Amino acid sequence: MVQPMPATSSASFSFRGAFAERAKKELAKYPEGRKQSAVLALLDLAQRQNGKTNCVTDAAMATVASMLDMPRMRLEEIASFYTMIHRKPVGKYHLQCCMTTPCMLRGSDDLLPLIEKTLGIRNTETSPDGRFTLSKVECLGACANAPVVQINDDLYEDLTRDDMETLLAQLKKGDLTKNMPKAGSQRGRRGAEPQG
Amino acid sequence: MVKVLIDGREHECEEGMTVLQACEQAGVEIPRFCYHDRLSIAGNCRMCLVKISPGPPKPQASCALPIGEGMKITTDSPSLRSARKGVMEFLLINHPLDCPICDQGGECDLQDQALAYGFDRSRFAENKRATGEKFMGPLVKTVMTRCIHCTRCVRFANEVAGVDTIGMLGRGEDVEITTLEQTLDSELSGNVIDLCPVGALTAKPSAFRARSWEVEKTDSIDVMDAIGSNIRIDSKQGRVLRILPRLHEEVNEEWISDKARFSCDGLTRQRLDQPYIRKEGKLVPVPWQEALTLVATKTKQARARCAAIAGNQCDVESLYALKKLLEGQGSQMFDARQGGAQFDPALRNGYLFNTTFARVAESDALLIVGANPREDAPTLNARLRQAWLHGSLKHVFGIGASCDLTYPCIWLDDKPQRLVKLAGGKDGVFETLSQAKRPMLIVGYDALERNDGKEIWHLCGVIAEKASMVQEGWNGFNMLHRNASSVGACEIGFNRGLEGIQPLLVAMVQGDVDVAFVMEADDFDLESLKRCFTVYIGHHGERTAAQADVILPSAAYTEKDGTWINTEGRVQQGFAAVSPPGAAQAAWRILRALAEELGEPPAWNDLQGLRTSLVQEHPDLGTLDRPLSAAWQSLGKAGVLREDAIVAKRDNYYMTCPISRASETMSACTRARRALRSSAMTHAA
Repeated sequence: MVQPMPATSSASFSFRGAFAERAKKELAKYPEGRKQSAVLALLDLAQRQNGKTNCVTDAAMATVASMLDMPRMRLEEIASFYTMIHRKPVGKYHLQCCMTTPCMLRGSDDLLPLIEKTLGIRNTETSPDGRFTLSKVECLGACANAPVVQINDDLYEDLTRDDMETLLAQLKKGDLTKNMPKAGSQRGRRGAEPQG
Repeated sequence: MVKVLIDGREHECEEGMTVLQACEQAGVEIPRFCYHDRLSIAGNCRMCLVKISPGPPKPQASCALPIGEGMKITTDSPSLRSARKGVMEFLLINHPLDCPICDQGGECDLQDQALAYGFDRSRFAENKRATGEKFMGPLVKTVMTRCIHCTRCVRFANEVAGVDTIGMLGRGEDVEITTLEQTLDSELSGNVIDLCPVGALTAKPSAFRARSWEVEKTDSIDVMDAIGSNIRIDSKQGRVLRILPRLHEEVNEEWISDKARFSCDGLTRQRLDQPYIRKEGKLVPVPWQEALTLVATKTKQARARCAAIAGNQCDVESLYALKKLLEGQGSQMFDARQGGAQFDPALRNGYLFNTTFARVAESDALLIVGANPREDAPTLNARLRQAWLHGSLKHVFGIGASCDLTYPCIWLDDKPQRLVKLAGGKDGVFETLSQAKRPMLIVGYDALERNDGKEIWHLCGVIAEKASMVQEGWNGFNMLHRNASSVGACEIGFNRGLEGIQPLLVAMVQGDVDVAFVMEADDFDLESLKRCFTVYIGHHGERTAAQADVILPSAAYTEKDGTWINTEGRVQQGFAAVSPPGAAQAAWRILRALAEELGEPPAWNDLQGLRTSLVQEHPDLGTLDRPLSAAWQSLGKAGVLREDAIVAKRDNYYMTCPISRASETMSACTRARRALRSSAMTHAA
C-alpha cells in the first residue's frame, strides 16, 4: 500500500544519545560526497529512536533529508520501498506471518487465523491499544524451519498452534520488550539442523 | 567503432552506445516506453526486448544493454514477438480500457504499440487496480490509473527541470507516481505531458477539446521569449487549441516553456477585431478606410515629427515596414526596446548570444549579470542545468537579484559596482573565470534595463575581453534577450542608439512628437504619450489601446506568416495557423495600406516582395536557421554606475505580454505559483 504524503508537521526531530552516536558512525562509513549511502541506516535509527510509534515521522524524514542533503521525495521513495521502514505508526509488537509455500505447507494457514482471532486484528491492522500490528508477508528466509512468524527483530520458527498460543499469551500479558520469549526454533533446533 | 550484426545486416556504431540506439541508427524500430534519448536509462518497461547472441537464451532489454563487438542482434522473431506480447499484456493488466474518453487517444504510445505488438484480447479476469489522482498544478491533468510506471516524468523533473517533487512511491503492484500534492515548481512542467507515453499526464487547459487527428498542424516560432523555440500550433475551426514543441536540436531540443505552450488561450480574449477612432473621448468602431485616412492625414501633418515604438513580439517584416514608413516621413525616431534596455544596436557582437545554445554545454565557468535564465529562457536554462549535471560547467557566478536556477550559483553581489572589481582583474572570481577553458558571460535585461545599462554592458564587454572569453573558436559574451523582436529590431536598424528608448520618450514628453505609432507595445511609460496623437497597431485591448486615438487591429503571432530572429541571431520563419479575428490584419499589411494612403506606396505588394527587399537591404537575413556571427569589437565606453542594486524587473514569469496577460491558464499558474511560494515561506519560517 502506498503511504499517503503527510502534511508537514511542526514537530522537530533530532537524533539523541546513543542514536546520535550511531548516526554519526554510520555517516562516517562513507566518503565525502557519498553520505547519501547512509540513508537506510539513518531511517532505521530514526524509526528505532521513535519507540512510541515505531515509525519514521515527518519531522524525522525532514531531519534525515537535511542531514543527507537529499530531496524529500527521494527519501519518501526509499521509505515506501523498503518494508522495514514504516511511515505510519506500528504497534509495540509487529507480527509478520509468513505465507509463502513452505510455511503454508507447514501450517501457516492455521497460524494466521489464530493470531487474527487472539489479537482481534487483521492484516495491516494495529490493535486499538497500539500494542500489536499484524502483517502477512512473503518469504522470511527460514524455510527449513517453517512455519515462521517474525516478531519485531526476531524470527519464531517451527511454530505449532500451541506454540503460537503460548507466545501470544505471553505477549499479551505485559511489557516484555526486555524479556521477549525465546526466539528461533520452538522445537529446540539449533539453526536449521535436522530434527531429532 | 564496434561492428555488430543487426538482423543479419552488418552495422558499425560507436563504442558505449546501447543496443537500442544502435538498432535505431540502423533504421530498425524497437518498441519502447521508458527509454527516452534525453533522459537517463531506467530499463523498467521491458518493451524493448531483443535477442542477443552470444548471450543468455532469454530476450534482453536493449535500452540498458551496452553494445559489444560482434554482437548478433535479432529484433524480430516468433519468440521475440511472443515475449513482447507478454510484456504488453502485463502492461495492459491494470491499464483501464478508457481510450474513448482519454485525451491521449490517437497520439498514445501504448495504443499504437498495443496495436503493433500486443495481444488482441485480455485474459485478465480479476479486478483492475485503481489509483487516486495526483495534484500537479493547473497545467498537468493526471489520471494515474492509466500510468504504466515508465518514470519518464520523474526523470524529466529530476534531470531536466530540476524539480524534485515527483517520485515513485511503493513497490511492486502498489507502486505509484506521486507528487507532494503541490504545483510543479518549474517553467518546463508542460513537457511531462509530451513525455508521458500514455494518458496519465495530459494537458489540463485543452482537456476534451479535440482529437489529435482533427486538428490542423502548423509550424511556427514561439514569441514568448527570445529563444525562438520551434513550435507546432494545433488549431481547430479557426481557434488555436494547443501548442506543442517541434524538435530543433540547436534551439529548444524538444522542450518548450509553459508560457509558450499554454498562453494560447489568451489569443481569444480581449482581442481587437476592428479599427477604432477616438471621437469625443470615446473609442468608436469605424471601417478601415476611415481609420487609415485619419492616420494618413495626421501623419502628413506631422511629417518628421512622427515616432514609433515597437513591442516585444513583432516580426521582422512588420518592423521593417514600420521603419520604412517613418523614414518616408523623414523621421528617425523609432525603437523596439520598450523596457528601456541600453546597448549599442549597431554592434552585433554586443547584442547576440554569441556562444549559441548548442555550445553552452562546452562551457566550464559562467558569469550571469542581471539575468534569470530560468524565467527569461527556460529551455536555455535546461541546457545550462545539463551542462552542470553532465557536462563541464563547474562554476556559476551571478551578479544581480539572486534566484534559484536549479543548479548552484554563487550570487556575488546585487550592486553593479562588483563588475568594476571584476573588470579590474584583482578578484578571486575573475581568476576562476580567466583560468577556465571556455568561460562564458550572460548579461540580461535586469541589468540592461537601467539608466546605467550601457555602462554595465560596457563592463561586461571588458570582463569578456580580460577573462579571455573571446578566443579562437569560442565567443563567451552573450546577451540574453527577453523579447522575440529584439534581435530582429537590431538587425534591421529599428533600434537606434546606445540610450535605447529613453531619448524617444523624452522627445514625446517635450512635445517634439506629434504622431506616435505604437506597435504591439504596452509595457513602457504611457504617460509620455499624453501629448501625441497615438496610433496603436496591436492585437490586444490593453493599456496602450485604452488611451490610443486610433486603433488598427493587427494579427497575433499565430495568425501571420512572419520572421523572427532569436537571441543567437537565428533567422526563423513561422506560418499562420488561423486567420486573425474580425477585420484584423497582419501589421505589415496595415502599414502597407497606410503607406499607400500617404501616397508613398512601397515597391513591394506582398510578403514575398517585402522579404525580397528586406533581404536586399540586409543580406544576412536571407539565410534561415543559422546563427549570425560577428567579429569581436569592444563594447561602448566607461561611464558612471548607479549605486542601487540590480533588481528583478519581472515578478511574474507567467504574465509578461498582452497574450499571456489575457490568458486564463497563465493567471491560474500565477495564482498557483504565489500559493506555492507563500507556503514555502511559511515552511521556512
